[in-house]
Amino acid sequence: MKIESRWFAAAALVAALGASAPVAAGPSGEAMAATCAGCHGPNGSSFGPVTPTIASLSIDYFVMSMKDYRDGKRPATVMDRIAKGYSDDDIAEMAKYFQKQKFVRYPQKTDVDKVKSGKALAKRYCESCHEDEGRIAEGVGMLAGQWLPYMEFSMQDFLSGKRQTERRQKAKFDEVVRDKGEAAFIDILHYYASVK
Amino acid sequence: MTHSIDRRGFLRIGGAALTLGGVVAAPHVARAAGQKVVVVGGGPAGATAAKYLKLGDPSLEVTLIEANPDYYTCFMSNEVLAGDRKLETLKVGFGGLGKRGVKVVHDLVTGIDVAAKSVATKGGQKFAYDRCIVAPGIDFNFGGVPGYSEADVEKAPHAWKAGPQTALLRKQLEAMPDGGNFVMIAPPNPFRCPPGPYERASLVAHYFKKHKPKSKVIILDPKDGFSKQGLFQQAWTKFYGFGTPDGMIQWVSGGKGGKVQKIDLSTMTVETEFDKFKADVLNVIPPQKAGKIAFDAGLVEGAWAPVSKDTMESKKAPGVHVLGDASEAATMPKSGYSANSQAKVAAAAAIAMLKGQPAPEPTYLNTCYSVAGQDHAFSVAGVYTYDKEKNSIAEVKGAGGLSKMDASDADRKRELLYAHSWFENIRADSWG
Repeated sequence: MKIESRWFAAAALVAALGASAPVAAGPSGEAMAATCAGCHGPNGSSFGPVTPTIASLSIDYFVMSMKDYRDGKRPATVMDRIAKGYSDDDIAEMAKYFQKQKFVRYPQKTDVDKVKSGKALAKRYCESCHEDEGRIAEGVGMLAGQWLPYMEFSMQDFLSGKRQTERRQKAKFDEVVRDKGEAAFIDILHYYASVK
Repeated sequence: MTHSIDRRGFLRIGGAALTLGGVVAAPHVARAAGQKVVVVGGGPAGATAAKYLKLGDPSLEVTLIEANPDYYTCFMSNEVLAGDRKLETLKVGFGGLGKRGVKVVHDLVTGIDVAAKSVATKGGQKFAYDRCIVAPGIDFNFGGVPGYSEADVEKAPHAWKAGPQTALLRKQLEAMPDGGNFVMIAPPNPFRCPPGPYERASLVAHYFKKHKPKSKVIILDPKDGFSKQGLFQQAWTKFYGFGTPDGMIQWVSGGKGGKVQKIDLSTMTVETEFDKFKADVLNVIPPQKAGKIAFDAGLVEGAWAPVSKDTMESKKAPGVHVLGDASEAATMPKSGYSANSQAKVAAAAAIAMLKGQPAPEPTYLNTCYSVAGQDHAFSVAGVYTYDKEKNSIAEVKGAGGLSKMDASDADRKRELLYAHSWFENIRADSWG
């Protein structure tokens, strides 16, 4: 696919420059994104209970995630195998498509006390990167209304060191652990899962 | 509000303009603009095609014809056999497609007149089409199992189409005394859901382990290998003592006498080349072929319907697309996800072809989970592109493949939860 896509991109470029070669475009971002829906839900909004919603992810975060999966840098169940099927160009096209989709937040069960405690913790430790209660996610994961078990898996991977944390993220995580203990993350995630 | 006034205003002006031109009235033009697509079959392939046709071109008149009022997904039906899931959770209706403007007709399609571009039903209805999408799923070659016929499906269910057959097999498993034998006759390739028989064996063993621990699961297989074999056997060893004398699951391969010579249902005995097996519950999964209507419409060669893989258009009948299990799309397994993915390719192609445009470049994906025990699942995935020279669906090299062997319990549990998410999302994507 990598090779074909490059060929198609080259063909498209030739056509754009006015040559008379027949144009064969690669699959559109929308067509590739449509193949994701069986697991990630229509237009990237997952019905859960675990597979994350990928609608409205920032282009940076989507591209980084796919490349990390492809390169084996991020722990995965199936996404490492799937991401290997797509070129950089393919990933960029899918990223553009998903970034434009609305994040549909389906109701999920959260613990009222944990949500309350998590809200205060999130404001103190997380809000600087996960702005507007996790609704704004430039270059980071979308936490607001994301599926709770998925966020718990991600957190386990970060804390165990299986998934790489960025420098600033690591500093904040260390702060949470030092001040409140690892259990505090559960409260934080319940809160983010509850955000509408 | 503003929008509707604008719209009415626009229509009025449009109507006036046409009247002045002295040709036709506006409503007639509107009707003529809606080209007709008839979709035969409401499984994952047909439902997804109908939905994505309407999404891609809302002006299309899309009619989906399905014999049954509801559809029961085959996926996750093995969890029903294990008692871990209620049959009702497999049921999907067609209300979601109706809300999207798809006209859903419950009738049995009895003929497709390719020359006249018309579909006829048992109820005497006729539907003209500009393009037709045929997704009838599978039928059984009952003659392929000596001693078994269509009349025997109540005594020895196939349960390879979900619904009443699933309920029946579950009832038989519940009624079986502890210490009994569940004998499954697995089908030859190719067939619907390649890992399905082995998932079924796993989940029946999972049920026995909890409720009937002296019972056995015996798979009589014409094949010498099967989908996700290493992963299944690893799970069977972990959970069910596979490979030990007391193991709950026994797999008899084709080379070791797994080929069935004869079934005697009066004694519930299965004869193979070297042996006789007495069954308390007998699950016969016969060899398979494309659904009946694909044969009746002349779309089949051998057992399956050949298609141009970039459009899923029939090689035998222009204007007709064949999708899902019935199609000969060899590289992709006959899975629900393949059907869903091919339906999107066909819908996009049909929309383009109706406009006289070339079909867009296709892209296909398959992701398929199997549950093999308590908190234990694994998957296979494949990313596919179209190989024009060979008219084949080509798997992208280096991508896809199986879950890792020897994965941790935590990872296998995650895959189970992802499997259940897959179930929710593919239902929503196909019928919602």
